[in-house]
Amino acid sequence: MKACVVVFPGSNCDQDAHHALSEVAGFETDFVWHAETDLDAYDLIMIPGGFSYGDYLRSGAVARFATVMGSVRTAVAHGVPVLGVCNGFQILLEAGLLPGAMLRNAGLEFRHDWVGLRTERTDTAFTGGCESEQILRMPIAHGEGNYYAEEEMIARLEGEGRVLFRYCDEHGEATAAANPNGSINNIAGILNEAGNVLGMMPHPERASEELLGGNDGAYIWKSLVAHLKAVPVG
Amino acid sequence: MKTFQVSVTVRLQPEVVDPVGATIQTGLRNLGFTTVSGARVGKLVEFQLGAENPDEARERTKEMSDRLLANPVIEDYEIKIAEVSLEGAT
Repeated sequence: MKACVVVFPGSNCDQDAHHALSEVAGFETDFVWHAETDLDAYDLIMIPGGFSYGDYLRSGAVARFATVMGSVRTAVAHGVPVLGVCNGFQILLEAGLLPGAMLRNAGLEFRHDWVGLRTERTDTAFTGGCESEQILRMPIAHGEGNYYAEEEMIARLEGEGRVLFRYCDEHGEATAAANPNGSINNIAGILNEAGNVLGMMPHPERASEELLGGNDGAYIWKSLVAHLKAVPVG
Repeated sequence: MKTFQVSVTVRLQPEVVDPVGATIQTGLRNLGFTTVSGARVGKLVEFQLGAENPDEARERTKEMSDRLLANPVIEDYEIKIAEVSLEGAT
């Protein structure tokens, strides 16, 4: 199975993502430059974290016009799983592949910390290998992760079960204290309507090996591998 | 072709919480400006634009704002246009 990591000028989690996908998940993994026009070879597309185009104007605002995003859009339409982490999530929002927007963190701090994530569904491509309501520990590192969408959109996301991860405490409670950035309803990760696009602020690629302080991120890789074996794309 | 001085002010929509504005407000109050309220922070984008007339300049700027300068989920924008020069007119 082949995965790719999309690299924009200013991406900085691309190497970690490549390492996790190739060494931990076992994908044959390529880096693809933002000017790439063909992603047909890939079973999984990852848009990594960083500060694409310096995050100028708004995080992800410029990256969404990169040539490669046309190919990402095509892949999404074909059902290829796409995972956007941190800046990758922001890019997917700006591209309209996921609804909503990111605001500056409540409190304005750049938050870098380990957080708890409650897994809200286990019937998705990304979480099939998780237990119901499993708490995953992963690091966050962002200044703009305060998820916002209009009330109707939040109601729709919740109603359709598209909030996949919620910031939670060690008991799995989505408390205000466990919310690192002010996101509405402690939202840490959401799915698109078809369920093949996941945007999340926490970094699974930084939590894929015990050596790095935790390997809960590997649940996402295991889930994706199992999903792709069961439901090959195309 | 005329040249227009364009300024686009991008603001967070009124219902969107603005943590930057709130922090500035707290700072101002701490400085003794205790009657400050409703502080909000936006962005000002300025550029010169070649266009045949003000209507065309406004239309082009609106398109730029919708596509890039503002995020319609969280932001509104306001466009100001002034003709600055007739140089280059053909």
